[in-house]
Amino acid sequence: MTDTTSNTPAADTGADRARESELSPVGRFLKATELDIRMLGMVGALLVIWVGIHLLSGGLFLTPRNLWNLSVQTSSVAIMATGMVLVIVMRNIDLSVGSVEGVIGMVMGVAQAEFLIRVMGFQLGNPWIWIIALAAGVVLGLMIGALQGFIIAYLEVPAFIVTLGGLLIWRGMAWLMTSGRTVAPLDATFQLMGGGPRGSIGATASWIVGILACVAVALMLLNGRSQRKRFKFPLRPVWAETLLGVVACAAILGAVWIANSYPWPIGIVRQYAQRTGITVPEGGLFIAHGIAIPVLIAVTVGIVMTFITSRTRFGRYVFAIGGNPEAAELAGINTRWVTMKVFMIMGVLAAISAAIASARLNASTNALGTLDELLVIAAAVIGGTSLAGGSGTVLGAMLGALLMQSLQSGMVLLGIDSPLQSVVVGAVLVVAVWLDTVYRKRV
Amino acid sequence: MADTTAPTPLIDMRKISIAFGGIRAVDDASIDLFPGEVVALLGHNGAGKSTLIKILSGAYKRDSGQIFVNGEEASISNPRDAKKYGIETIYQTLALADNVDAAANLFLGRELMTGWGTLDDGAMEAEARKVMGRLNPRFQRFKEPVVKLSGGQRQSVAIARAILFNARILIMDEPTAALGPQETAQVGELVMQLKADGIGIFLISHDIHDVFELADRVCVMKNGRVVGTARTSDVTQDEVLGMIILGKCPPGAIPGPGALKIAA
Repeated sequence: MTDTTSNTPAADTGADRARESELSPVGRFLKATELDIRMLGMVGALLVIWVGIHLLSGGLFLTPRNLWNLSVQTSSVAIMATGMVLVIVMRNIDLSVGSVEGVIGMVMGVAQAEFLIRVMGFQLGNPWIWIIALAAGVVLGLMIGALQGFIIAYLEVPAFIVTLGGLLIWRGMAWLMTSGRTVAPLDATFQLMGGGPRGSIGATASWIVGILACVAVALMLLNGRSQRKRFKFPLRPVWAETLLGVVACAAILGAVWIANSYPWPIGIVRQYAQRTGITVPEGGLFIAHGIAIPVLIAVTVGIVMTFITSRTRFGRYVFAIGGNPEAAELAGINTRWVTMKVFMIMGVLAAISAAIASARLNASTNALGTLDELLVIAAAVIGGTSLAGGSGTVLGAMLGALLMQSLQSGMVLLGIDSPLQSVVVGAVLVVAVWLDTVYRKRV
Repeated sequence: MADTTAPTPLIDMRKISIAFGGIRAVDDASIDLFPGEVVALLGHNGAGKSTLIKILSGAYKRDSGQIFVNGEEASISNPRDAKKYGIETIYQTLALADNVDAAANLFLGRELMTGWGTLDDGAMEAEARKVMGRLNPRFQRFKEPVVKLSGGQRQSVAIARAILFNARILIMDEPTAALGPQETAQVGELVMQLKADGIGIFLISHDIHDVFELADRVCVMKNGRVVGTARTSDVTQDEVLGMIILGKCPPGAIPGPGALKIAA
């Protein structure tokens, strides 16, 4: 690699420097780190809500136990919100995700608790049960998404109508599957996807995951730097890169530490000790939960979806179509097929959420995921996805989901009645979007 | 018909027709283009010039007629086909995806990929810097979505996209409509430069002054039909105006099916 500045015209760097000196310290910091102000604002709002509820509830909110539960509760909506970002970026909407979640949860429940055992003659606990049930759910999600996407993209029925129809149809189907009967209990392995003491990976594995994640962050920063060097683009200052790396690693390891600070409840520890033949010492045995499996699934989905939106041709097309459908068409992009694929992804994500939500309940009910479509859309929109299309991020939507869930479970901790909870959540949604509109106008 | 040295025209559109719900937007129109030539398409709003050209660029599908590229019949039914034949278009609306940056727009639909099958944004930006450096050396805003760029800058992005992939035929639909005088002059220079490279250019314009400066031939349309075609050296601006407004074909022009059918 040659000197990185040699290729830039001198006049240009001069102008850049002149512009830089006009910026305030905060502006210089943001320019150097290339952080998104909106994203920082969301993190700030989240912290304000967390500290506020913590103080109001007399120190109940920011505890390992509550934060761990919060992370599990957020997973299902966060997963679907990552797909909703793509849907909304393409100027569509999907009102059916809650019902799709419901019908898929039902199919997976019936498959594992009844069909595979009674009809196919599988033994209880056979490892194929959860694999087949989950695969059936994912395939069904893909097919429902493909069907709705086909009607939207090729038959040109507005997405609002198709998915409004889907909202009713799939909810009805979920009821018809068992005539409204709840299916329980679910397969023991399948249940792990819902979290709980057994559905967590424990302290050691959590630390390993955390350290691997930190290594990945460092590698990504280094790779980004070498890419910029390769094409002689301006580099971020070393202090900014280091700061970003340190903050990211601190956040990751902090989250692991919190998850590892939440012990198994005493009863479960006692059962575990009896089963394995350990004697519980005086004062109890501390066995940490570690990261919950649904949270790991959600984080993985978030990473995959971020990769898809920012590094693949498909993701580029989704954004280009959202920005200007006509231009995308004229550039030779098959906009219909891209639209259909987005809805197929949404269907698969609804299936993953259905698995997590029903595993957590340890039951499939026909009410599973009711009103989730609104939470999912709200999460995406609070996370900075513009309903006008063309802009939005996966990370923002996941943070939006976390923010909504924090508010809701915070209000439960504060003992606020559920009607009032709805009032607050509704008001927050409107205010958040209003603030975003103000922000967009100023930039 | 034209006394060009090249034996076969780059583009030869013959007896093209298209109708939208009973209205014949283009009716039996024929037009050709030779290498290194600029042919201007003139006419009122709604005369059918944009529609005719959109058939060539693959945005519309013709009802009847044939298109020959380099003497061979071409089947163009979508924008991708047209690009395969080296036909690039700069639309009046510029057709940019406003929310992504210049490099993403330049390569839209033809992204550069890494060995891993992922987008090679670095390579695309580097290429974008090269081509934009040729067109508009002061352009530096590569990281910003194109919606934040000025009209002239957006125009250069649209032009850069068209010439990036070695177009042989360039269609420019009102390329200077949104530009100031200086930028218009820049586009003029660019047209001359591309012409020297042997690229054939269809120029759609309202500005008859522009047309006489840049074009070798003019083709006038009225009500979806071709009034006539003429070398710019053989006709006056007034005569061309007569063709546009009245459909009257002057002696220096070759009349088309849309010419006024009364003895002068």
